[in-house]
Amino acid sequence: MSTQTAKILMKGNEVMCEAAVRAGCKFFAGYPITPQNEVPEYLSWRLPQAGGVFVQAESEIAAINMIFGAAATGFRCMTSSSSPGISLKQEGISYIAAAELPCVIANVQRGGPGLGNIRAAQSDYFQAVKGGGHGDYHLIVLAPSTLTELYALTMNAFDYADHYRNPVMILMDGILGQMVEPIVTEEYRPLFEPTEKDYILDGCKGRKPRIIKTLHLQPAEALVEVNRRLVAKYKRISSELKLCEDFQTDDARLIVSAYGITAQVSKGAVLQARSKGLKVGLIRPITLWPFPEAPFVKAAKTAEKFLVVEMSNGQMIEDVRLAEQCLRPVEFFGVGGGWYPTTDEVLDAIEKSYPA
Amino acid sequence: MTQFKRPDALYDAPTHYCPGCGHGIAQRLVGEVIDELGLRERTVATAPVGCAVLMYDYFNCDVIECPHGRSPAVATGIKRMRPDRVVFTYQGDGDLAAIGTAETIHTANRGENLTVIFVNNAIYGMTGGQMAPTTILGQTTTTTPGGRGRNREGGPIRVCELLSSLDGVCYLERVSVSSPKDVGQARKAIRKAFTNQLEEKGFSLVEVLSMCPTDWKLSPAQSVEFVETQMKKVFPLGVYKDR
Repeated sequence: MSTQTAKILMKGNEVMCEAAVRAGCKFFAGYPITPQNEVPEYLSWRLPQAGGVFVQAESEIAAINMIFGAAATGFRCMTSSSSPGISLKQEGISYIAAAELPCVIANVQRGGPGLGNIRAAQSDYFQAVKGGGHGDYHLIVLAPSTLTELYALTMNAFDYADHYRNPVMILMDGILGQMVEPIVTEEYRPLFEPTEKDYILDGCKGRKPRIIKTLHLQPAEALVEVNRRLVAKYKRISSELKLCEDFQTDDARLIVSAYGITAQVSKGAVLQARSKGLKVGLIRPITLWPFPEAPFVKAAKTAEKFLVVEMSNGQMIEDVRLAEQCLRPVEFFGVGGGWYPTTDEVLDAIEKSYPA
Repeated sequence: MTQFKRPDALYDAPTHYCPGCGHGIAQRLVGEVIDELGLRERTVATAPVGCAVLMYDYFNCDVIECPHGRSPAVATGIKRMRPDRVVFTYQGDGDLAAIGTAETIHTANRGENLTVIFVNNAIYGMTGGQMAPTTILGQTTTTTPGGRGRNREGGPIRVCELLSSLDGVCYLERVSVSSPKDVGQARKAIRKAFTNQLEEKGFSLVEVLSMCPTDWKLSPAQSVEFVETQMKKVFPLGVYKDR
């Protein structure tokens, strides 16, 4: 594939890969797991073609630790997996977050818990947004809803990672990973001015040696100071980076909220409800962390009810309740385990939840 | 006549290692080799979890501290992106041969162009003397109070022998730091493991039999004796692979 802009038909997993390569990703390590196998397969030839390095790791644990090393050298790097594999990566993710190194981690979610199945799901929201690994840390979590958005957000993910020196997770699902759409391969445009990477390990020629570590034993306050620094960074990210799509909410009596592929389905249902004369809107968080509270606060002033749709047993609903501060009832439509909502089913749920 | 001085690759700092511990000798040898080959300013080291975790307080070069057992994977990421830099891991027996076994075997099997310094003292030091994968049969530890048993805990893992079947491995040698003669040979092996990397020959590992008086509950002199009479029987010194 050339690096020119073109309109081509691509699978979601490959869209993410192509965007990553164009955003300057130079290292990928991963392990096969369905439904994200196209990611290592595509990058196994595409990354070397673009002057990068691909490694098929012996495990998810090894893969995330290869990312830890590659990130320490200052090159853009990423790994991907699906739910059970992302669980295995949590140790490394905690270390990378603690060391404040940039990298991109994609989770093409599948049904759980346990080995689950290979159908799409959104059951890893808590893991992605609330921590996942040990210790107090946050990932920046991006939730694309279409392949065009996946392409753009993947490029942005590398920028956010570098800008905030923080791991970024692309939280997608098996449908987005496997679906095929025409994509316009726009050129990469960085979101930020590049800053000097003053942390990288490349030998200490002409400078003092650098240490990347996450153990802070002495003085006793040292780790507290690290935590305070992280808190300050997370506050800064929260104040600067909250992305959300607010769709027809101004006069809405019922607000549907969903992210990712579920939001795409819900949007269709909202449009159908509108054509039936129901005043329904959609709030679609694009950053799941930091969570965009403001649109919910605003909507809670006029709307009478919220309806959260997820391919899970109800996870983002907790953040919606926190965001709208329990001002209005919040109902739920969804279940985990590989269940997909159709537009008609969401429309039916809307009609049932619609205020009398 | 060699002048006895601190290598530039090591800081002038007191270590936290116990009296009679072998880490100080092993790390000094690594420091001397880095000096001799002029590598300090192009070296990136990985620190393990275990007694050597604080080695960045002693090594005057870039260091990354890794999750337990993951050093070979972290080192792979560094070396693949910076093939012109010298990358070495320094790992203990629990780190390399228990929790990090998969990383060790697969990094070796890929033939990653790395240098691994593997310190085998047959016990978990930092956590207070529990059984290691290399604890020898009959050896008493805090988790094998009756001595390690073949039918309960299995026998000690011989890392050099285990890795010697892998095509990707370039060089394997087991040495000891329990006598001046052994220290001399250990130095030669460590030097070779670094020059192999400079010559892009692939994966080189030096296993260093080392003393742990504190957790063996022996005096430093008795600990040397333990290596000489017990460990060397189970872990014969020598070159296991050199291609």
